[in-house]
Amino acid sequence: MHADIEIEVDGEVRSTTVDTRTTLLDALRDRLGVTAPKKGCDHGQCGACTVLLHGRRVLSCLTLAVAHDGAVVTTAAGVAVGDALHPVQEAFVDHDGFQCGFCTPGQICSAIAMLEEAAAGHPSHVTDDLVAPVTLDDDEIRERMSGNLCRCGAYVNILAAVRSAAGT
Amino acid sequence: MRPFDYEVATDAPSAVAVVVGRADAAFLGGGTNLIDHMKLGIADPALLVDVTRLPTGEITDRPDGGLRIGATVRNSDLAADRRVRERYPVLSQALLAGASGQIRNMATTAGNLHQRTRCVYFQDVTTPCNKREPGSGCSALGGYTRYHAILGASEHCIATHPSDMAVGLAVLDASVIVAGVDGERSVPFEDLHRLPGDRPDLDTTLAHGELVTAVDLPAPGRPVRSAYRKVRDRASYAFALVSVAVVLSVDDATVTDVRIALGGVAHKPWRAHRAEAVLRGAPATVVSYERAADAELEPAAPQDGNGFKVPMTRATLVATLRDLTTEDR
Repeated sequence: MHADIEIEVDGEVRSTTVDTRTTLLDALRDRLGVTAPKKGCDHGQCGACTVLLHGRRVLSCLTLAVAHDGAVVTTAAGVAVGDALHPVQEAFVDHDGFQCGFCTPGQICSAIAMLEEAAAGHPSHVTDDLVAPVTLDDDEIRERMSGNLCRCGAYVNILAAVRSAAGT
Repeated sequence: MRPFDYEVATDAPSAVAVVVGRADAAFLGGGTNLIDHMKLGIADPALLVDVTRLPTGEITDRPDGGLRIGATVRNSDLAADRRVRERYPVLSQALLAGASGQIRNMATTAGNLHQRTRCVYFQDVTTPCNKREPGSGCSALGGYTRYHAILGASEHCIATHPSDMAVGLAVLDASVIVAGVDGERSVPFEDLHRLPGDRPDLDTTLAHGELVTAVDLPAPGRPVRSAYRKVRDRASYAFALVSVAVVLSVDDATVTDVRIALGGVAHKPWRAHRAEAVLRGAPATVVSYERAADAELEPAAPQDGNGFKVPMTRATLVATLRDLTTEDR
Protein backbone atom coordinates (compact mmCIF):
# COMPACT_ATOMS: atom_id res chain seq x y z
CA MET A 1 0.00 0.00 0.00
CA HIS A 2 2.90 2.25 -0.89
CA ALA A 3 3.45 4.18 -4.08
CA ASP A 4 6.32 6.02 -5.69
CA ILE A 5 5.38 9.53 -6.72
CA GLU A 6 7.11 12.39 -8.43
CA ILE A 7 5.89 15.93 -7.80
CA GLU A 8 7.28 19.24 -8.97
CA VAL A 9 7.35 21.39 -5.85
CA ASP A 10 8.26 25.05 -6.12
CA GLY A 11 10.09 24.44 -9.37
CA GLU A 12 12.01 21.35 -8.29
CA VAL A 13 11.05 17.80 -9.25
CA ARG A 14 10.95 15.65 -6.13
CA SER A 15 10.49 11.90 -5.78
CA THR A 16 9.35 10.02 -2.75
CA THR A 17 7.56 6.90 -1.62
CA VAL A 18 4.31 7.39 0.26
CA ASP A 19 1.82 5.25 2.11
CA THR A 20 -1.43 5.61 0.17
CA ARG A 21 -2.95 7.17 3.29
CA THR A 22 -0.57 10.14 3.16
CA THR A 23 -2.18 13.46 2.34
CA LEU A 24 -0.48 15.84 -0.03
CA LEU A 25 0.10 18.10 2.98
CA ASP A 26 1.89 15.41 4.97
CA ALA A 27 3.92 14.37 1.93
CA LEU A 28 5.06 17.95 1.42
CA ARG A 29 5.88 18.58 5.05
CA ASP A 30 7.07 15.23 6.38
CA ARG A 31 8.47 13.49 3.30
CA LEU A 32 9.82 16.41 1.31
CA GLY A 33 10.56 18.94 4.05
CA VAL A 34 8.46 21.67 2.46
CA THR A 35 6.98 23.29 5.55
CA ALA A 36 5.39 26.40 4.06
CA PRO A 37 1.89 24.84 3.97
CA LYS A 38 0.71 24.46 7.57
CA LYS A 39 -1.39 21.83 9.27
CA GLY A 40 -4.09 23.74 11.12
CA CYS A 41 -7.31 21.79 11.40
CA ASP A 42 -6.42 18.97 8.96
CA HIS A 43 -10.12 18.82 8.00
CA GLY A 44 -10.48 21.47 5.32
CA GLN A 45 -11.91 24.12 7.58
CA CYS A 46 -9.04 26.56 8.13
CA GLY A 47 -7.16 26.94 4.84
CA ALA A 48 -3.67 26.97 6.41
CA CYS A 49 -2.62 24.11 4.11
CA THR A 50 -3.61 25.93 0.91
CA VAL A 51 -1.21 25.36 -1.99
CA LEU A 52 -1.43 25.96 -5.72
CA LEU A 53 -1.97 22.72 -7.64
CA HIS A 54 -1.34 23.35 -11.32
CA GLY A 55 -1.93 27.01 -10.43
CA ARG A 56 -5.27 26.49 -8.67
CA ARG A 57 -5.72 26.91 -4.93
CA VAL A 58 -6.58 23.68 -3.15
CA LEU A 59 -6.49 22.27 0.36
CA SER A 60 -3.52 19.92 0.57
CA CYS A 61 -4.93 18.28 3.72
CA LEU A 62 -7.98 16.91 1.89
CA THR A 63 -6.25 15.23 -1.00
CA LEU A 64 -4.03 12.17 -1.20
CA ALA A 65 -0.42 12.46 -2.29
CA VAL A 66 -0.75 9.26 -4.32
CA ALA A 67 -3.37 10.96 -6.49
CA HIS A 68 -0.89 13.65 -7.53
CA ASP A 69 1.93 11.77 -9.20
CA GLY A 70 3.25 14.14 -11.85
CA ALA A 71 1.56 17.20 -10.37
CA VAL A 72 2.97 20.71 -10.20
CA VAL A 73 2.65 22.20 -6.73
CA THR A 74 3.51 25.73 -5.71
CA THR A 75 3.64 26.69 -2.04
CA ALA A 76 4.06 30.11 -0.50
CA ALA A 77 7.80 29.32 -0.36
CA GLY A 78 7.92 29.15 -4.13
CA VAL A 79 6.10 32.26 -5.27
CA ALA A 80 8.99 34.70 -4.89
CA VAL A 81 11.35 35.16 -7.82
CA GLY A 82 14.83 35.00 -6.36
CA ASP A 83 15.01 37.71 -3.69
CA ALA A 84 12.01 39.54 -5.11
CA LEU A 85 8.90 38.81 -3.11
CA HIS A 86 5.68 38.12 -4.94
CA PRO A 87 3.53 41.30 -5.02
CA VAL A 88 1.02 39.61 -2.71
CA GLN A 89 3.79 38.79 -0.22
CA GLU A 90 5.03 42.35 -0.51
CA ALA A 91 1.53 43.63 0.23
CA PHE A 92 1.23 41.44 3.33
CA VAL A 93 4.51 42.90 4.61
CA ASP A 94 3.53 46.46 3.74
CA HIS A 95 0.14 46.17 5.44
CA ASP A 96 1.21 43.98 8.35
CA GLY A 97 -1.24 41.30 7.19
CA PHE A 98 -0.44 38.84 9.94
CA GLN A 99 0.32 38.48 13.59
CA CYS A 100 1.73 35.02 14.40
CA GLY A 101 2.12 34.12 10.73
CA PHE A 102 0.82 30.54 10.91
CA CYS A 103 -2.04 31.11 8.47
CA THR A 104 0.01 33.38 6.22
CA PRO A 105 1.39 30.86 3.69
CA GLY A 106 -2.16 29.66 3.08
CA GLN A 107 -3.45 33.22 2.88
CA ILE A 108 -0.73 34.12 0.35
CA CYS A 109 -1.46 31.15 -1.91
CA SER A 110 -5.18 31.70 -1.64
CA ALA A 111 -4.90 35.42 -2.41
CA ILE A 112 -2.67 34.85 -5.45
CA ALA A 113 -5.11 32.37 -6.96
CA MET A 114 -8.14 34.43 -5.95
CA LEU A 115 -6.80 37.48 -7.82
CA GLU A 116 -6.41 35.35 -10.94
CA GLU A 117 -9.95 33.96 -10.56
CA ALA A 118 -11.33 37.49 -10.31
CA ALA A 119 -9.25 38.66 -13.25
CA ALA A 120 -10.72 35.80 -15.28
CA GLY A 121 -14.17 37.15 -14.45
CA HIS A 122 -15.30 34.39 -12.11
CA PRO A 123 -18.18 35.63 -9.96
CA SER A 124 -18.52 35.00 -6.23
CA HIS A 125 -21.42 34.61 -3.84
CA VAL A 126 -21.59 38.40 -3.37
CA THR A 127 -21.33 39.30 -7.07
CA ASP A 128 -24.60 40.91 -8.18
CA ASP A 129 -24.15 40.50 -11.93
CA LEU A 130 -22.86 37.01 -12.71
CA VAL A 131 -21.61 37.95 -16.18
CA ALA A 132 -20.11 41.41 -15.56
CA PRO A 133 -16.40 42.01 -14.94
CA VAL A 134 -15.50 41.60 -11.28
CA THR A 135 -14.66 44.59 -9.10
CA LEU A 136 -12.79 43.45 -6.02
CA ASP A 137 -14.35 45.60 -3.32
CA ASP A 138 -14.04 44.69 0.35
CA ASP A 139 -17.11 42.44 0.33
CA GLU A 140 -15.77 40.53 -2.66
CA ILE A 141 -12.35 40.07 -1.06
CA ARG A 142 -13.84 38.91 2.25
CA GLU A 143 -16.11 36.41 0.51
CA ARG A 144 -13.38 35.06 -1.75
CA MET A 145 -10.93 34.69 1.14
CA SER A 146 -13.46 33.09 3.52
CA GLY A 147 -11.75 29.70 3.27
CA ASN A 148 -8.70 31.05 5.11
CA LEU A 149 -9.08 31.61 8.82
CA CYS A 150 -6.76 33.75 10.94
CA ARG A 151 -6.93 32.90 14.61
CA CYS A 152 -5.05 36.07 15.53
CA GLY A 153 -7.81 38.04 13.87
CA ALA A 154 -5.54 39.97 11.52
CA TYR A 155 -8.35 40.17 9.01
CA VAL A 156 -8.40 43.96 8.79
CA ASN A 157 -4.81 44.07 7.61
CA ILE A 158 -5.16 40.94 5.48
CA LEU A 159 -8.03 42.68 3.72
CA ALA A 160 -5.91 45.79 3.24
CA ALA A 161 -3.02 43.73 1.88
CA VAL A 162 -5.18 41.86 -0.60
CA ARG A 163 -6.94 45.05 -1.62
CA SER A 164 -3.55 46.65 -2.24
CA ALA A 165 -2.33 43.67 -4.25
CA ALA A 166 -5.53 43.77 -6.26
CA GLY A 167 -4.92 47.41 -7.05
CA THR A 168 -8.44 48.43 -6.03
CA MET B 1 -6.96 5.41 8.80
CA ARG B 2 -7.33 1.86 7.54
CA PRO B 3 -4.71 0.93 4.92
CA PHE B 4 -6.12 0.91 1.40
CA ASP B 5 -5.15 0.26 -2.18
CA TYR B 6 -5.39 3.00 -4.75
CA GLU B 7 -5.88 2.75 -8.47
CA VAL B 8 -6.62 5.20 -11.25
CA ALA B 9 -9.65 4.41 -13.40
CA THR B 10 -9.04 4.70 -17.14
CA ASP B 11 -12.59 4.10 -18.34
CA ALA B 12 -16.00 4.09 -16.68
CA PRO B 13 -17.04 0.47 -17.40
CA SER B 14 -13.89 -1.00 -15.85
CA ALA B 15 -14.15 1.38 -12.88
CA VAL B 16 -17.70 0.18 -12.34
CA ALA B 17 -16.66 -3.47 -12.70
CA VAL B 18 -13.93 -3.09 -10.09
CA VAL B 19 -16.14 -1.39 -7.49
CA VAL B 20 -19.15 -3.64 -8.12
CA GLY B 21 -16.90 -6.62 -7.51
CA ARG B 22 -15.70 -5.40 -4.12
CA ALA B 23 -18.02 -4.32 -1.33
CA ASP B 24 -15.12 -2.53 0.35
CA ALA B 25 -14.20 -0.40 -2.68
CA ALA B 26 -15.22 3.21 -3.28
CA PHE B 27 -14.90 5.77 -6.03
CA LEU B 28 -12.67 8.76 -5.28
CA GLY B 29 -13.54 12.13 -6.79
CA GLY B 30 -12.30 15.41 -5.40
CA GLY B 31 -12.11 13.73 -2.01
CA THR B 32 -13.11 16.75 0.05
CA ASN B 33 -15.77 14.75 1.91
CA LEU B 34 -14.51 11.17 1.58
CA ILE B 35 -10.91 11.82 2.66
CA ASP B 36 -12.19 13.78 5.65
CA HIS B 37 -14.50 10.92 6.58
CA MET B 38 -11.66 8.43 6.24
CA LYS B 39 -9.63 10.53 8.66
CA LEU B 40 -12.54 10.65 11.07
CA GLY B 41 -13.01 6.88 10.91
CA ILE B 42 -16.47 7.19 9.37
CA ALA B 43 -15.47 5.68 6.03
CA ASP B 44 -12.94 2.87 5.65
CA PRO B 45 -12.72 1.67 2.06
CA ALA B 46 -10.00 -0.91 1.34
CA LEU B 47 -9.73 0.20 -2.27
CA LEU B 48 -10.08 3.67 -3.75
CA VAL B 49 -10.77 3.89 -7.47
CA ASP B 50 -9.80 7.41 -8.56
CA VAL B 51 -12.25 8.53 -11.23
CA THR B 52 -10.95 12.08 -11.64
CA ARG B 53 -8.94 11.19 -14.74
CA LEU B 54 -11.91 9.77 -16.64
CA PRO B 55 -12.87 11.80 -19.72
CA THR B 56 -15.81 13.33 -17.88
CA GLY B 57 -14.33 16.75 -17.16
CA GLU B 58 -16.15 18.76 -19.80
CA ILE B 59 -19.38 20.74 -20.03
CA THR B 60 -20.89 20.16 -23.47
CA ASP B 61 -23.87 21.56 -25.37
CA ARG B 62 -26.71 19.15 -25.96
CA PRO B 63 -28.73 19.04 -29.20
CA ASP B 64 -31.87 20.18 -27.34
CA GLY B 65 -30.19 23.39 -26.20
CA GLY B 66 -29.35 22.04 -22.78
CA LEU B 67 -26.01 21.18 -21.22
CA ARG B 68 -24.27 17.97 -20.22
CA ILE B 69 -22.12 18.51 -17.14
CA GLY B 70 -19.37 15.90 -16.86
CA ALA B 71 -19.16 14.13 -13.51
CA THR B 72 -15.64 15.35 -12.79
CA VAL B 73 -16.18 19.00 -13.70
CA ARG B 74 -14.97 20.90 -10.65
CA ASN B 75 -17.55 22.98 -8.80
CA SER B 76 -15.62 26.21 -9.43
CA ASP B 77 -15.44 25.54 -13.17
CA LEU B 78 -19.14 24.75 -13.30
CA ALA B 79 -20.05 27.94 -11.43
CA ALA B 80 -17.82 30.02 -13.70
CA ASP B 81 -18.91 28.47 -17.00
CA ARG B 82 -20.32 31.25 -19.16
CA ARG B 83 -23.24 29.12 -20.39
CA VAL B 84 -24.20 28.20 -16.83
CA ARG B 85 -23.96 31.80 -15.64
CA GLU B 86 -26.13 33.03 -18.50
CA ARG B 87 -28.64 30.22 -18.87
CA TYR B 88 -28.76 28.58 -15.43
CA PRO B 89 -27.77 31.38 -13.04
CA VAL B 90 -29.50 29.64 -10.13
CA LEU B 91 -26.94 26.83 -10.44
CA SER B 92 -23.98 29.23 -10.41
CA GLN B 93 -25.46 31.03 -7.43
CA ALA B 94 -26.05 27.80 -5.53
CA LEU B 95 -22.52 26.57 -6.20
CA LEU B 96 -20.97 29.87 -5.15
CA ALA B 97 -22.95 29.84 -1.91
CA GLY B 98 -21.28 26.58 -0.92
CA ALA B 99 -17.92 25.74 0.68
CA SER B 100 -14.82 27.86 -0.06
CA GLY B 101 -12.81 28.75 -3.15
CA GLN B 102 -10.31 26.00 -2.41
CA ILE B 103 -12.94 23.32 -1.89
CA ARG B 104 -14.90 24.32 -4.99
CA ASN B 105 -11.65 23.93 -6.97
CA MET B 106 -11.39 20.33 -5.77
CA ALA B 107 -14.99 19.12 -5.46
CA THR B 108 -16.56 17.47 -8.50
CA THR B 109 -20.13 17.48 -9.76
CA ALA B 110 -20.70 13.82 -8.90
CA GLY B 111 -18.77 14.09 -5.66
CA ASN B 112 -20.91 17.01 -4.53
CA LEU B 113 -24.00 14.86 -5.12
CA HIS B 114 -22.43 12.00 -3.19
CA GLN B 115 -21.30 13.94 -0.15
CA ARG B 116 -22.92 12.35 2.83
CA THR B 117 -26.10 13.57 4.39
CA ARG B 118 -24.74 14.21 7.85
CA CYS B 119 -24.84 15.81 11.28
CA VAL B 120 -22.41 16.39 14.13
CA TYR B 121 -23.22 13.00 15.65
CA PHE B 122 -22.60 11.18 12.36
CA GLN B 123 -19.17 12.86 12.30
CA ASP B 124 -18.36 11.79 15.87
CA VAL B 125 -17.55 8.08 16.05
CA THR B 126 -17.89 8.06 19.83
CA THR B 127 -21.65 8.58 19.61
CA PRO B 128 -24.38 6.21 18.38
CA CYS B 129 -25.66 6.99 14.88
CA ASN B 130 -28.01 4.94 12.74
CA LYS B 131 -26.50 6.35 9.57
CA ARG B 132 -22.97 5.35 10.54
CA GLU B 133 -23.85 2.17 12.43
CA PRO B 134 -27.35 0.98 11.58
CA GLY B 135 -29.32 0.05 14.67
CA SER B 136 -27.07 1.89 17.12
CA GLY B 137 -29.59 4.68 17.70
CA CYS B 138 -29.87 8.37 16.85
CA SER B 139 -27.93 10.69 19.13
CA ALA B 140 -29.46 13.77 17.55
CA LEU B 141 -32.97 12.97 18.80
CA GLY B 142 -33.10 14.84 22.09
CA GLY B 143 -29.63 16.25 21.42
CA TYR B 144 -28.24 19.32 19.70
CA THR B 145 -30.51 19.83 16.72
CA ARG B 146 -29.94 23.34 15.39
CA TYR B 147 -28.90 22.09 11.97
CA HIS B 148 -31.30 19.17 11.64
CA ALA B 149 -34.28 18.34 9.47
CA ILE B 150 -37.81 19.65 9.80
CA LEU B 151 -39.27 17.79 6.80
CA GLY B 152 -39.22 14.13 5.79
CA ALA B 153 -37.17 12.88 8.74
CA SER B 154 -37.72 9.57 10.51
CA GLU B 155 -37.32 8.22 14.00
CA HIS B 156 -34.01 6.78 12.77
CA CYS B 157 -32.33 9.88 11.38
CA ILE B 158 -32.87 13.65 11.29
CA ALA B 159 -29.70 14.70 9.46
CA THR B 160 -29.74 17.14 6.53
CA HIS B 161 -28.14 17.05 3.09
CA PRO B 162 -25.65 19.92 3.05
CA SER B 163 -25.23 20.56 -0.68
CA ASP B 164 -26.15 23.93 -2.16
CA MET B 165 -25.46 22.78 -5.72
CA ALA B 166 -28.01 20.00 -5.37
CA VAL B 167 -30.73 22.46 -4.36
CA GLY B 168 -30.02 24.43 -7.52
CA LEU B 169 -30.12 21.31 -9.68
CA ALA B 170 -33.43 20.31 -8.08
CA VAL B 171 -35.23 23.22 -9.76
CA LEU B 172 -33.66 22.67 -13.18
CA ASP B 173 -35.30 19.32 -14.03
CA ALA B 174 -31.85 17.79 -14.22
CA SER B 175 -31.19 14.13 -14.99
CA VAL B 176 -28.32 12.14 -13.56
CA ILE B 177 -26.53 9.80 -15.96
CA VAL B 178 -25.40 6.66 -14.18
CA ALA B 179 -23.13 3.88 -15.47
CA GLY B 180 -23.71 0.40 -14.08
CA VAL B 181 -22.82 -3.16 -14.98
CA ASP B 182 -25.76 -3.26 -17.40
CA GLY B 183 -24.86 0.00 -19.12
CA GLU B 184 -26.12 3.51 -18.69
CA ARG B 185 -29.36 4.81 -17.24
CA SER B 186 -30.83 8.23 -16.59
CA VAL B 187 -32.19 9.06 -13.14
CA PRO B 188 -34.51 12.04 -12.62
CA PHE B 189 -32.71 14.34 -10.19
CA GLU B 190 -35.45 14.11 -7.60
CA ASP B 191 -35.04 10.33 -7.48
CA LEU B 192 -31.29 10.38 -6.82
CA HIS B 193 -31.35 11.20 -3.12
CA ARG B 194 -33.62 9.48 -0.61
CA LEU B 195 -35.30 10.17 2.69
CA PRO B 196 -33.95 8.28 5.72
CA GLY B 197 -36.91 6.04 6.53
CA ASP B 198 -35.53 2.94 8.24
CA ARG B 199 -32.36 2.91 6.12
CA PRO B 200 -30.58 6.16 6.98
CA ASP B 201 -27.29 4.50 6.03
CA LEU B 202 -28.32 5.00 2.40
CA ASP B 203 -28.19 8.55 1.06
CA THR B 204 -28.90 7.81 -2.60
CA THR B 205 -30.90 5.30 -4.59
CA LEU B 206 -27.83 4.13 -6.54
CA ALA B 207 -26.50 0.60 -6.10
CA HIS B 208 -22.95 0.01 -4.88
CA GLY B 209 -20.65 0.46 -7.85
CA GLU B 210 -22.99 2.55 -9.95
CA LEU B 211 -21.04 5.55 -11.19
CA VAL B 212 -22.46 8.98 -11.98
CA THR B 213 -20.88 10.06 -15.27
CA ALA B 214 -22.81 13.27 -16.02
CA VAL B 215 -25.69 15.53 -15.11
CA ASP B 216 -27.93 16.67 -17.96
CA LEU B 217 -29.75 19.99 -17.90
CA PRO B 218 -32.66 20.47 -20.31
CA ALA B 219 -32.83 23.71 -22.28
CA PRO B 220 -33.85 26.55 -19.96
CA GLY B 221 -36.81 27.32 -22.16
CA ARG B 222 -38.41 30.73 -22.30
CA PRO B 223 -36.93 33.42 -20.10
CA VAL B 224 -37.62 32.61 -16.50
CA ARG B 225 -36.64 34.34 -13.33
CA SER B 226 -34.61 32.48 -10.77
CA ALA B 227 -32.87 32.97 -7.46
CA TYR B 228 -30.92 31.09 -4.83
CA ARG B 229 -31.08 32.43 -1.32
CA LYS B 230 -29.17 30.97 1.62
CA VAL B 231 -29.50 31.73 5.31
CA ARG B 232 -26.65 30.65 7.58
CA ASP B 233 -24.98 31.36 10.89
CA ARG B 234 -22.16 33.37 9.33
CA ALA B 235 -21.83 35.28 6.07
CA SER B 236 -19.65 32.74 4.27
CA TYR B 237 -18.28 29.22 4.40
CA ALA B 238 -21.10 27.73 6.48
CA PHE B 239 -23.81 25.20 5.76
CA ALA B 240 -27.30 26.47 5.23
CA LEU B 241 -29.74 26.69 8.07
CA VAL B 242 -32.26 27.13 5.26
CA SER B 243 -31.80 27.73 1.57
CA VAL B 244 -34.31 28.31 -1.22
CA ALA B 245 -33.96 27.85 -4.97
CA VAL B 246 -36.73 29.14 -7.23
CA VAL B 247 -37.34 29.26 -10.97
CA LEU B 248 -40.46 31.15 -11.88
CA SER B 249 -42.50 32.38 -14.84
CA VAL B 250 -45.08 35.12 -14.39
CA ASP B 251 -47.57 36.31 -17.03
CA ASP B 252 -50.08 39.08 -16.38
CA ALA B 253 -49.27 39.02 -12.67
CA THR B 254 -50.10 35.31 -12.51
CA VAL B 255 -47.63 32.56 -11.69
CA THR B 256 -47.65 30.32 -14.74
CA ASP B 257 -44.79 28.00 -13.89
CA VAL B 258 -42.70 27.51 -10.79
CA ARG B 259 -40.22 25.10 -9.32
CA ILE B 260 -38.99 25.42 -5.75
CA ALA B 261 -36.43 23.47 -3.76
CA LEU B 262 -35.32 23.84 -0.17
CA GLY B 263 -31.94 23.09 1.40
CA GLY B 264 -31.00 22.56 5.03
CA VAL B 265 -34.40 21.21 5.95
CA ALA B 266 -34.35 17.53 4.98
CA HIS B 267 -32.28 14.40 4.36
CA LYS B 268 -32.32 15.28 0.66
CA PRO B 269 -32.69 18.41 -1.47
CA TRP B 270 -36.37 19.08 -0.83
CA ARG B 271 -38.54 19.76 -3.83
CA ALA B 272 -41.43 21.88 -2.56
CA HIS B 273 -44.25 20.32 -4.57
CA ARG B 274 -46.97 21.50 -2.19
CA ALA B 275 -45.89 25.12 -2.51
CA GLU B 276 -45.60 24.80 -6.27
CA ALA B 277 -49.14 23.43 -6.52
CA VAL B 278 -50.53 26.37 -4.58
CA LEU B 279 -48.63 28.88 -6.69
CA ARG B 280 -49.34 27.51 -10.16
CA GLY B 281 -52.06 29.74 -11.59
CA ALA B 282 -52.17 31.93 -8.48
CA PRO B 283 -51.74 35.71 -8.46
CA ALA B 284 -48.13 36.76 -7.99
CA THR B 285 -48.75 38.29 -4.59
CA VAL B 286 -47.29 37.96 -1.12
CA VAL B 287 -50.58 36.44 0.02
CA SER B 288 -50.08 33.62 -2.49
CA TYR B 289 -46.48 33.16 -1.41
CA GLU B 290 -47.45 32.92 2.24
CA ARG B 291 -50.15 30.37 1.43
CA ALA B 292 -47.64 28.38 -0.60
CA ALA B 293 -45.05 28.42 2.18
CA ASP B 294 -47.65 27.43 4.75
CA ALA B 295 -48.79 24.53 2.58
CA GLU B 296 -45.23 23.28 2.22
CA LEU B 297 -44.50 23.59 5.92
CA GLU B 298 -47.78 22.12 7.12
CA PRO B 299 -46.15 18.70 7.73
CA ALA B 300 -43.01 20.23 9.29
CA ALA B 301 -41.92 18.45 12.46
CA PRO B 302 -39.09 20.40 14.08
CA GLN B 303 -36.96 19.23 16.99
CA ASP B 304 -36.41 21.12 20.27
CA GLY B 305 -33.41 22.96 18.84
CA ASN B 306 -34.60 23.91 15.38
CA GLY B 307 -38.15 25.17 15.68
CA PHE B 308 -36.87 28.47 14.28
CA LYS B 309 -36.38 26.78 10.91
CA VAL B 310 -40.13 26.70 10.27
CA PRO B 311 -40.66 30.48 10.32
CA MET B 312 -37.20 30.97 8.78
CA THR B 313 -38.09 28.75 5.82
CA ARG B 314 -41.43 30.50 5.45
CA ALA B 315 -39.86 33.95 5.53
CA THR B 316 -37.01 33.02 3.19
CA LEU B 317 -39.33 31.45 0.63
CA VAL B 318 -41.79 34.36 0.74
CA ALA B 319 -38.99 36.92 0.46
CA THR B 320 -37.35 35.10 -2.45
CA LEU B 321 -40.64 34.92 -4.37
CA ARG B 322 -41.49 38.52 -3.50
CA ASP B 323 -38.11 39.81 -4.70
CA LEU B 324 -38.51 37.93 -7.99
CA THR B 325 -41.89 39.52 -8.69
CA THR B 326 -41.52 43.06 -7.41
CA GLU B 327 -42.16 44.47 -10.87
CA ASP B 328 -45.44 42.57 -11.23
CA ARG B 329 -47.19 44.41 -8.44
